[in-house]
Order: sequence, then structure tokens, then C-alpha cells
Amino acid sequence: MNETVLKTLGVTLVVCLLCSLFVSFTAVSLRDQQNTNKLNDKRIKILEAANLYDDSKSIEEQFRNLEIRFLDFDTGNVFSEYKDFDLDNYDQLKSLRFPDQSKPVPADKDIAIIKNRENIGKIYFSKKDNEIDKLILPIRGYGLWGTLYGYIAIENDFNTVVGIEFYEHKETPGLGGEVDNPNWKDIWVGKKIYKTGDVQLQVIKGAVDQNMDDSIYMVDGLSGATLTSKGVSNMIQYWFSDSGYLKLLENLDYGS
Amino acid sequence: MALKQYKEVLINPLVKENPITLQILGICSALAVTSNLNVTLIMCVALTSVVSLSNLFISIIRNYIPSSVRIIVQMTIIATLVILVDELLKAYDYETSKKLSVFVGLIITNCIVMGRAEAFAMKEKPFVSFLDGLGNGIGYSIILIGVAFIRELFGAGSLFGIPIFGEWYPTNNLLLLPPSSFIIIGLFIWLIRGYNNDQIEEDEFDLSKHSVTPNLEKRELNV
Repeated sequence: MNETVLKTLGVTLVVCLLCSLFVSFTAVSLRDQQNTNKLNDKRIKILEAANLYDDSKSIEEQFRNLEIRFLDFDTGNVFSEYKDFDLDNYDQLKSLRFPDQSKPVPADKDIAIIKNRENIGKIYFSKKDNEIDKLILPIRGYGLWGTLYGYIAIENDFNTVVGIEFYEHKETPGLGGEVDNPNWKDIWVGKKIYKTGDVQLQVIKGAVDQNMDDSIYMVDGLSGATLTSKGVSNMIQYWFSDSGYLKLLENLDYGS
Repeated sequence: MALKQYKEVLINPLVKENPITLQILGICSALAVTSNLNVTLIMCVALTSVVSLSNLFISIIRNYIPSSVRIIVQMTIIATLVILVDELLKAYDYETSKKLSVFVGLIITNCIVMGRAEAFAMKEKPFVSFLDGLGNGIGYSIILIGVAFIRELFGAGSLFGIPIFGEWYPTNNLLLLPPSSFIIIGLFIWLIRGYNNDQIEEDEFDLSKHSVTPNLEKRELNV
């Protein structure tokens, strides 16, 4: 008798229980390994953004050469210690959950649609002979399907792009997903961010005409991905504005 | 069950009853993951393990599955296996799992897996079902690897990411983009049916002969 209601319910219940047991067991037992992979992937992206990654060396070792610092967004000051935060493990995205560690971005300023911005950021310096050589800054913003998370690295003139990398996004493969395309990322190298104090760097629609006056401030749009391109553009606008890294860059600029 | 039948169940889906070229199933992933052989191989292993294990487990409990909920029970088992594969990939081959992105998850909806579960595993004993899944998985893999070989070699000029043709070879975007798989699979079907005439389907209707003089009377009626 396979068709009674009781039997039907019983069989589905047993199958579901067994299956969920299997799934949760694997998920839990593989979690550590997966987190290590994710962390390494993020570290590779940070190094790649600054054009420092060498895949023949250990990620750990190369990453240790970077100097990690806390950043107070409101003042633009940089610390190596802040309250009881642990520099290596501090995750600014987690602090978004706590109202005392983050602030909502006013709607008129929230062009990258991030909703909340952490009070304390985490930035990376690559130094040569104790002088800042490159600066790697985390950025994020809304694309088409979700938030893109990435890093942008700039030269020590605090205006020239070294590279851009995204470590997590939900854009359509082949269209918006082309933010991962090495050819597109190469276009960013050497572009300038500020023009007479304003953020000028933007992703335009179509290809950049190299003969144009401001072509140094423009990046080709991704074809078939207008909203992703727009999202990346807004992200740059926001993170290099006053409520982003502008204060930090001004401080560093006066200091040097 | 005789050894001969085991062999038949395993060997038949390779060419004679290939799930892609004869049954035209599982085309979607054949388009999406065949631009690079590394990724294709992982996908083939993933699909083969899912289809053979889902056949095995479904066949084990086939006598207990009430027919009113059989599709849901099959889906639950298939989905579980796919999640397991996805989790394993994320833990041990993170790079490839990022490249495959949603396509591992989409194995759940791969028609080959459901098709074999419903058509074979629900009726046959566990071991022979397992072999049937294995055979179909390998049949799928053969076509995918063939497509990926052509696409990567003549598209990017490399195999497994290692350059074969050298610098002078320009990347061929027609082959790197998904639609080229349609053409290549079409050519495979032509090749296999040309060799094995049994697979040629009968025309559903006869085409009328081309006439030189137009039938004006009829045309007027149509207007």
C-alpha cells in the first residue's frame, strides 16, 4: 500500500530528514575550508588590485608585506589600533549590523546605494623604503542584481588608479559579469580620479575616444550592462567623495 | 541479471543512445560551460556523479516512493546531491566553483538527471540503475569534452588554458561565445546520424515538390 496519505507523508518526511541531515553535515564540516578559500581569494584580489600578486609565492607571505590600518571615515585619520578591534580579523561589513559602529548614508548622498557606511574602515598600504607606494581601498556599490564588493588601488599621488578588482558580485555572466574581464580591468590602469578637486573618473556609455580632452577620466562601459557600468561609476563617485576616502587622501597628501 | 545487460546499460548511452545527440537533453549546460576544458571537466565529473548517485538512491527506495509525490522525492534527492557537489567544489576547488557559478546549482534542473531517474531508476534495480546513470553521465561528458576541445582550441588557441597556437592566433569570439556550441553539437549529431542511420528520425510530413509555374488560382484564393 503505497498510496495512503499517512504513507505519503511518512516517506516524504523521512526523505527530507535524511537529505537535510546530509546537507547540514557537509555544510558544517566543510565550512572552515570554504572560509579559508574565501579569505585567500579576497587577499589575492587585494594584491592583484595593487598589481603585486605573484602566484609562485605564498599568499600569506605576500599579504604580510602590506600594512593594514584602521581608518576613521569622519576625520580621515589612520590608526594601527582602535578600541579592542583586532586588525587582522576586523570585518567592516560586519560592523554595518551595529548602529554604534555604522551610520546610515543620507539618501541624497547614497549614490552607490550602500545604505549604511561603517565608521571605521580597513585600508591597506603597500610601502617601499617606509614611504607609501600604493594604497588599496575597499569599495562597494549596487549594480544590477546586487552589491558588488571590490578593491581599488591608487598610486602615491593619491589620484592615479593602479587597478580595480571585484571579489564578490551577482552580475549576469557574460554581461555585467565582465567586470572580471582582465581586458576591461586593464583600461582602469593609469586613469585619474580627481579633476580640480571633484571626482571626475567615470564609466561612460560606449568606448572612450582617446583623443578627447578628458579621456584620462573615462572608462569604457560594458556593452549590454548599462546598469552595472553605472553602478561601478557611482561606486567610484561615492567612495572618493567627502563621505568616502576624500578626507583620508587629503590628510595623506598634506603629510607627504 | 546477466553481465551482458550491465554492459549494454553502460555502453549504449555513450554513442548509440547518447543523451545529448539522440535525446537532445541537457543542452543548456553544454552551451554554458564549454569554453574552457578545465571547467568542462569539473562540470562533467559533477554531473556524472550526480546522475549515477541519484539513480542509485532513487532506485533503492523506488518501491517505497508513493507515485503521487514521486517527482518531489526525486527532486529532493537530486537537489541534495547537487548541494553536496557544490559544497565540495567550494571547499576544494574554489577557482573552478567561481567560474561555474550558477551552473553547478542548475544541475538540479538538468533534464538528463530527472529523465534517467523517472525513466530508468524508478523501474530497475539499484546496481543497474547506477550503471545507467554512469553511462549517461559519461555520454554527456564525451559530447561536452568534444565541444569544449573544439571551442577552446580554435576559439582561444589553447587547451586547458595552455597556449597551443602561440601569439599569432587571434581569439575567435564566434567560438568562445555560447551559440557556437549549438553549431558544434549540430555537427556532432550529423556525424553520428550519418554513421548510425537508425537514429535518423522520419519526416513528420512530406514536403511538396517545388513547382516552376506558380499556381495563380490557388494564390488568389488565399488572398
